[in-house]
Amino acid sequence: MIELDDIDRALLRQLAGDATLNAGKLGRAVGLSQPAAWRRVQRLRESGAIPARRLDLDLERLGFGVTVFLGVKLAAKGRVSLEDFERAVSAIPEVQTVQHVLGLYDYRLRVVARDLADFERVLRRRVMTLPGVGEVEANVLLSEERRPGPLGGPAA
Amino acid sequence: MLNDSDRRLLRHLQADPAASVTELAQAARIPVSRALRRLEKLRATGVIRGIRAVIDWRALGYSVEVSLRFTLDKADPNAFDGFIAAAREVPEVIEIQTFLGKVDVRLSVIARDMRHYQEIYRGRIVTLPHIADIEALMHVATIKSQETLPI
Repeated sequence: MIELDDIDRALLRQLAGDATLNAGKLGRAVGLSQPAAWRRVQRLRESGAIPARRLDLDLERLGFGVTVFLGVKLAAKGRVSLEDFERAVSAIPEVQTVQHVLGLYDYRLRVVARDLADFERVLRRRVMTLPGVGEVEANVLLSEERRPGPLGGPAA
Repeated sequence: MLNDSDRRLLRHLQADPAASVTELAQAARIPVSRALRRLEKLRATGVIRGIRAVIDWRALGYSVEVSLRFTLDKADPNAFDGFIAAAREVPEVIEIQTFLGKVDVRLSVIARDMRHYQEIYRGRIVTLPHIADIEALMHVATIKSQETLPI
């Protein structure tokens, strides 16, 4: 596990906002020279702390008006292969994320759709027909806020 | 509105957000200069909001992630705003979502280990205002996380 100091945390905050910032800009933002900023970002990358980039798109402008979170319970546990379910659910294009959870449900899915009618189509034709699917709970997303997490910095 | 080359650009950019303009232009089968213009326009019109670094909290020592689902006491008109404002003050909360459905609000909470989680839960979570009910889902594994859109 990588140990972070305040400057590392400030760099992570910057990169979580804009992963395309170069070492010069990052350095200016956190008060480091360009080479020093580059070395620190390199160290963060190598530690696996920032494994990937995410393209942040405006869903509504692209015509995806509805995001729904589904809690899925598998029916007949033991008889269904989790791998089969996971493979099939991951292949649905409208399913953005799949998380295996412990508690009321077995899986938590994030589903995008053009509108509620489109969501109903995805639910009936793609989700309810998955191997082993049991009870499904749907909650329509109204708002979403990603927080910086425990990276210190100015209290928001 | 988007044309076909915009869609191709976005498809490739979401598959590989680190791709260079040259790579994207090639994938979309358009000249680099045109790809640059289109990408600029997609940013200017707000279709592309940004390219963010994904933080792996496990690599930073946060091995526990819990999804907490809240029902709020909606008799109080200030329930949502009051709850969300207080939840923002908890550093270990990495996501706040509101819903239409059985669940009112969901928080993603991370912790170093179960003991640390217990501390946060008892000290910072159950003390949040306007809670009527809490359910917890313990995060076991992420199977798919790309959040790509079927563009």
